Amino acid sequence: MTATTFGWLILLCPLLGTIVIALGYNRLPARSAGWIATAAIAASFALSVAAFIALESKSPHHRQLTSTLWSYASTAGLDAKLSILVDPLSVFMSLVVSGVSALIHLYSVAYLSSDRGYSRYFSYLNFFVLSMLLLVLAGNFFLLIIGWAFVGAASYLLISFWYRRNTATRAGIKAFVINVVGDVGLVLGTFFIFKHTGTVDFLKTFKALPHVFGHNSPDLVAGSLLILVGAFAKSAQVPLHTWLPDAMEGPTPVSALIHAATMVTAGVYLIARLHPLFERATTAADVAAIGGCLTLLIAASIGLVVTDLKRVIAYSTMSQIGYMIMGVSVGAYSAGLFHLMTHAFFKALLFMAAGSLIGAMAGVQSLDRMGGFRRALPFTFGCFLVGGLALSGLPPFSGWLSKDDVIAFLDHRGGGFLILGIAGYLGALLTAIYTFRMIFRAFWGDPVPEAVELEHGHLAHAEVPRNPMTGEEEDTDVGFPGPQHHIAERDWPMKVAMGALALLAVIGGVVQIPGVDDAVSRFLDPSFADSKFVHVQVKTGPAWVGLLVGAAIAIIGISFAYRVWVAAPGSATAIQTRLVAVHRFLVNKWYFDELIDDLVVRPALWLGRFGESVLERIVIGSGVTGGTLGVVRAGSAAVRRAQTGFLRYYAALMVIGTFGVALYFLVSST
Amino acid sequence: MAIGWYLVVSALIFCIGVAGVLSRRNPLVILLCLELMLNAANLALVAFARMWGGEDGQVFALIVMVVAACEVTVGLGLVVAIYRRHLPVDVDELNELHG
Amino acid sequence: MSQVLFFIAAIGALAGAIGVVTLRNPFYSVLALAFHLVCLAILFLLLRAEFVAAAQVVVYAGAVMVLYVFVVAYVGGGDELAGGSALRILGPMFAIALAVELCIAMLGSALKGITSKGAPYVLGFGTPGHIGRLFLTTYLFPFEIASVLLLVAAVGAVVLARRRRGLEEPDEQLLVRIRAPRPAYTGTMAEAAGTRVAETVPPPEAEAVGAASDSREEGGW
Repeated sequence: MTATTFGWLILLCPLLGTIVIALGYNRLPARSAGWIATAAIAASFALSVAAFIALESKSPHHRQLTSTLWSYASTAGLDAKLSILVDPLSVFMSLVVSGVSALIHLYSVAYLSSDRGYSRYFSYLNFFVLSMLLLVLAGNFFLLIIGWAFVGAASYLLISFWYRRNTATRAGIKAFVINVVGDVGLVLGTFFIFKHTGTVDFLKTFKALPHVFGHNSPDLVAGSLLILVGAFAKSAQVPLHTWLPDAMEGPTPVSALIHAATMVTAGVYLIARLHPLFERATTAADVAAIGGCLTLLIAASIGLVVTDLKRVIAYSTMSQIGYMIMGVSVGAYSAGLFHLMTHAFFKALLFMAAGSLIGAMAGVQSLDRMGGFRRALPFTFGCFLVGGLALSGLPPFSGWLSKDDVIAFLDHRGGGFLILGIAGYLGALLTAIYTFRMIFRAFWGDPVPEAVELEHGHLAHAEVPRNPMTGEEEDTDVGFPGPQHHIAERDWPMKVAMGALALLAVIGGVVQIPGVDDAVSRFLDPSFADSKFVHVQVKTGPAWVGLLVGAAIAIIGISFAYRVWVAAPGSATAIQTRLVAVHRFLVNKWYFDELIDDLVVRPALWLGRFGESVLERIVIGSGVTGGTLGVVRAGSAAVRRAQTGFLRYYAALMVIGTFGVALYFLVSST
Repeated sequence: MAIGWYLVVSALIFCIGVAGVLSRRNPLVILLCLELMLNAANLALVAFARMWGGEDGQVFALIVMVVAACEVTVGLGLVVAIYRRHLPVDVDELNELHG
Repeated sequence: MSQVLFFIAAIGALAGAIGVVTLRNPFYSVLALAFHLVCLAILFLLLRAEFVAAAQVVVYAGAVMVLYVFVVAYVGGGDELAGGSALRILGPMFAIALAVELCIAMLGSALKGITSKGAPYVLGFGTPGHIGRLFLTTYLFPFEIASVLLLVAAVGAVVLARRRRGLEEPDEQLLVRIRAPRPAYTGTMAEAAGTRVAETVPPPEAEAVGAASDSREEGGW
């Protein structure tokens, strides 16, 4: 079987999973929906591996294969086809997506087992994986946009999964609206490109690019910037990032899958896939790199002060994606994608562990109320530690190798990019600090009552289920979380999934050690063969220097965090009181939400109200329809006055009419 | 006499009929004036038949007579019905069919 | 000789016509019309239409006018009701205008035959035989349709004028039927014109619109 057949089958499995679960939700045996979904994604992963092997068996120059099922519209000028592109980049992405998704499905089987919306959840989750795979396997802009939109829809469905929770539905709407802004950018950008190249197929576009666009030509830059808007919205980069922290309202596995490992990386994939565009429109590439850098720093700074456990990890995601975006916009494609892979491993692991911890806290997510869980949750603690160390970039974990791969490339390119590299190191320092702030606060110190209960073998249970953000009362019926909480120590699916990811987080970096092997670069090279950076290699020496610097920064960060939060308790409050203005600024998330509210939301609402009260009621209601009505009424009233009911008047009218007609003929015949 | 004289007489009778329809209020008299107009038309038809030399005009006039008879029948039936229901037999009073 | 007869008949016809229009008593109008019909028959004879003249006298003056006499006797008709409108003056004026126009049209037309005495005489022109042959050959269809029309008219007259039970005595019931308030919002013509006699139910539209607009104010994000 050829690689492209595998490609179609990769898409087929989650599609079947969605349909079977959605249509048979009340006919399937109880709780089987989860296993069906997991099996579907596991099958997808197996097929991705098969596609990988099939691709490797071909020579490097023949590894970009397309396959078309049918064509939607082949009118003059538009060649919209249902075609996939199976090449190293898409196979790499589909391996990561399907692999991590399979583990998260396994985790969710246990995590949501007492939830009334169990089948709905797995149908949505499979739909999401389908859309993400569609996005990465798409062979033309058309299918990419379809996958892009589907992913946004799936994200909305899953964020507001607990739909009776007000905060969750609001967060879902916020995410969707910002994603739509990105969609518009993507579609318009596609149009700008299509206008000149005349094709939406990727390979054809890339071939036509040098002939159609000059270097940094205005249309190309405009199109690339619009596509960048799409990428930034999906990957939660500044300024379209405000939806990601709110998206933590969804169930924790959803945060792990969508908002850590897969959907938010779609922007990175987009820039990597469209690298010929960005390499020709260097202005857009620079904007992307600067945007990634700013996000990196802003998100890391906010992560230092946030108290909700999941939101710390969310800001961490935002920050790490900044690294990836920086990487792929300056030409470090393999490095950026390598970091994508390792980040998927340890971020999903962190979210899963957070889910376990929140389960132990009976639904409470605030760091202020957590502490001392080291003895109560040993396995979860171990996973947190592994994930945190990988995130901070401590050797020999995978995060160390991948993050410094990106920064080394930036330093190698020199010039202005050196500043980005230094910003990267600064971000790494902040990352280590906030990661271990989170870990030390949750696991060190005196055990809180929930931890004490758990040590005695009894899982804490809240009498009244509450919304973790606002504290309002809920129930456990459909639309809210189920009554039972799950921790990794007690549910084996969670343990297996977390264990697998922990293993990958530890050893995942061995595939790309500078000077030793470069499996990722070699595999991805055929996709980037037309790039001018493909032969730029960071020399082993400077790479190892960078790695050592990165390790040192990680150790400095972890020790600083240890000193503040473990060794000298009270120093955290001391620092906060000394820098109270800074603290307030960071706690308010740099006031981005307020800014967007004033710039966009209020004018839009005003416009809507104006439209309704003036345009709708007065112009259209009274003016157009009312006016037409009035005119017709007046006309009818005027004509109606001729119907008097008097016979003689009718007769008189007839006589006058006859007279008139005869007169006309008389006159016209002379 | 030349045919034109007959046609003039026919026109005059027709217009007298029109004047009657427009100015009388009793429906019976209006129907009578209607008969005047029909007769004027008959005269014109017969005159033209004489002019052309074919009897088609006369046949037409006979048919017109049949139609006039039917119309009178129905019209008088209506007047009788109105009278039977004790309504005023006056076209200015019978004005319910208005818009 | 024929010219003298023509003038006598023509003046007679016109006098009868004017009599129909101006006489107050409808009975006299009927008699005037009968006279007019006979004069017209003479005119038909002058135009060599024997059968039509005979039919005119027998059918028209004989049967239709007799019918009129019966009805006028039944309905009465008394004197013309007082009052009038502008049409009492305008009516004759329109008629005069029409007459002038028709005369101009006819006499000014280029018809060749207007000034002639007619086509050469064919033996049997206007006789019942010729007319009958025409009726049964060329104009068979109109002939049959005319018969059907007569049947329809007869049936119609019977239906219109028959006595209906229970309708004679209570006049008030009748008049009430005409001016009764009709049910609201059923789409009668009177309603559309706005002359419907008001019912007690107020229109529900105003209230519904008010309620809808209120609820819209509450909406927010």
